[in-house]
Amino acid sequence: MLSISNLGITFTQYDQGLRRKQLTVITDLDLDVQAGEVVAVVGASGSGKSLLAHALLGILPENAAISGTMNFQGETLTLERCRSLRGRTIALIPQSIGYLDPLMRVGSQVQRVAQLAGCSKAEAKASANRTFARYDLPEDVGDRYPFQLSGGMARRVLVSTAVVTQAQLVIADEPTPGLHPDVVKETLSHLRELATEGRGVILITHDIEAALQIADRVAVFYAGTTVEIAAAQDFSSDNLRHPYTQALWRSLPQNEFVPVPGNQPSPEQLPTGCLFSDRCSWVSEICNAERPQLRKVREGWVRCVHAEG
Amino acid sequence: MLKGNNLWFRYGNRQPWVVEDRSLVVAPGEVLGLIAPSGYGKTTLGKLLAGYLLPAKGTVTIEGRSLPKKGYCPVQLVFQNPELSVNSRWRVRQLLQEGCPPDPAYLEALGIHPGWLSRYPHELSGGELQRIAIARILNPSTQYLIADEMTAMLDANTQALIWQAVLSFTAKQQVGLVAISHDASLLQKLCDRTLMLADGPSSTAL
Amino acid sequence: MLTERNQPPSWMHPFGTDWLGRDMLRRSLQGLSLSLRVGLLAASVSALIGTGLGLVAGTVGGWVDAVIIWIIDVFFSLPHLVLLILIAFAVGGGTKGVIIAVALTHWTSLARVIRAEALQVSSADYVQLSRRLGKPSLWIARHHMVPHIMPQLLVGLILLFPHAILHEAALSFIGIGLSPHLPAIGIILAESMRHLSTGYWWLGVMPGVLLLLSVKAFDWLGENVRSLLDPKTSQG
Repeated sequence: MLSISNLGITFTQYDQGLRRKQLTVITDLDLDVQAGEVVAVVGASGSGKSLLAHALLGILPENAAISGTMNFQGETLTLERCRSLRGRTIALIPQSIGYLDPLMRVGSQVQRVAQLAGCSKAEAKASANRTFARYDLPEDVGDRYPFQLSGGMARRVLVSTAVVTQAQLVIADEPTPGLHPDVVKETLSHLRELATEGRGVILITHDIEAALQIADRVAVFYAGTTVEIAAAQDFSSDNLRHPYTQALWRSLPQNEFVPVPGNQPSPEQLPTGCLFSDRCSWVSEICNAERPQLRKVREGWVRCVHAEG
Repeated sequence: MLKGNNLWFRYGNRQPWVVEDRSLVVAPGEVLGLIAPSGYGKTTLGKLLAGYLLPAKGTVTIEGRSLPKKGYCPVQLVFQNPELSVNSRWRVRQLLQEGCPPDPAYLEALGIHPGWLSRYPHELSGGELQRIAIARILNPSTQYLIADEMTAMLDANTQALIWQAVLSFTAKQQVGLVAISHDASLLQKLCDRTLMLADGPSSTAL
Repeated sequence: MLTERNQPPSWMHPFGTDWLGRDMLRRSLQGLSLSLRVGLLAASVSALIGTGLGLVAGTVGGWVDAVIIWIIDVFFSLPHLVLLILIAFAVGGGTKGVIIAVALTHWTSLARVIRAEALQVSSADYVQLSRRLGKPSLWIARHHMVPHIMPQLLVGLILLFPHAILHEAALSFIGIGLSPHLPAIGIILAESMRHLSTGYWWLGVMPGVLLLLSVKAFDWLGENVRSLLDPKTSQG
């Protein structure tokens, strides 16, 4: 359904007053999503995950320049196409209740989303009520304001905003920030349901454990590039390819709880070779010379010259 | 010993009690975990222990004395969201100097890059900013540390890195640590004892 | 010079000349510089009053805050220009009258903005944290409050100039401002009124356009300084 290759995003910014500088925040990003599957995009903050969502929706700021290709359902995703598709065929599940209008009742807001997606007013209202019922929300929830919703109810309303659009591709940007495990489980199961119904779901998160609960495949982002695309089972069956993914898995409290020292390089100081080279235990001369390409290794994709086939 | 004795708190005289008759004890060098679903007053309890809020009933004491009103408070709290705990118009260099200037060894352990010193908070990611918020209070004057969901918003690697650095500090300086979190497996790795707030005033489980 | 009376705009005299043969461009620029200086002084005093009251209202709070808000509301509800004229007249007009009148009436918007900023800062988590780190109130005021207030003050001041200049021009135009012997813009415009019917349009239009452009320039400057000073908006 969605296929992104070699995506690059560069920002032009003002530095210290009036000097301009170029910031390459995304380099060579590759990702693909099929209908009916959940692809998790996992990475640390600053790795470019949210920017990907913004690029797909066509809401990058003006000073951003895009390179590479994005194909959706066989056709290129230009900025105009993004605009016509967003809210109808491509929908976003917002991160928190703060993204809703605090002065408008929840029911009207979800109804409006449906109307913007092309339904008539009556259809939209029915659709909103159906969706609320589907998620076991009380009948009067439509009359409430965002601040009157409890945490769990708020999550379900946010999912509803994407579901009423009948979108084919749903992007969930950090849907479970610091939430209690039970609420996390529930939110994730709703996303899984959406995929089972035939939609494509992109789950953007830094929380690997959450991602592994429902994802079919996991794309690991580091410093604005894809370093690995693995199947979800690869994590627990010790089948990970890239050293960063392996380090991430090891650093979980359930596992060894051992971190890899160092920091993700900032967009202003990207190394010339492999972006992970300064922290990698497998580093060698080839790594510093040039950026590795994404290649297929054992049914998955990895951007590392040392990963074994 | 940091002691919270029969603490009661609510946000207004007609509001429901958020913290009801809670007591807890933390010894120097000990790691105590606090786990509970949302709404059980974990953050409020943390703020009471660190002196940000005054209890309606009950007391918070260190070695029998109440918390000082002026000067560096020996109990320090780390917020969940680092963006709120720093002045957005200060540079990182200034932020680090606000407490006592931290030991360079801790800066290195936390992975704080010298290049960050001249940056503004919004130029750093959440994980980087949280490390700076923590570095500010890793100094000899801190005797007790309350970590309120300190790494909930961070990725696994940064979480492990921060905790390794904080644990080495608390062990070396015999600082009592209260870790508030949802993550049961994290608390299991970190804590000597865990308090389950859902089960009544002062029940404990390991 | 008298031989060049009432000349329309030309290459030699881009703004034309007046009935005494004076070059209008030179006169207008002189007038503008005078108006600017008067405006600057009035705006500065106003900004000082506004910042002081706003800071006190935001940090002390309580009944002091309530009183100051009430005063601000009273000023907002009175007709602006009428108040200005009344005060200028009451203190005897002239340059002194203009400065006092403008200074006493233009501090309210800035006071509101500064008060809001002070309120926001004093209730912020990082200020509470600062206290827990042992910092006394004065230190917090100097190091936390000032970096937030300064940009607002600067921008507020720059945006006050156009107001002050325009009001000075208005007061001088109706005769209770600067002395008619001084070439303030308002005076020039007032004098040009007498000559409109004779068709010497440049006597009023050119200084008027100059005034408009300089006011616009200050507005533009203020807006851009605002976005440059905020570390967040100064990036792209």
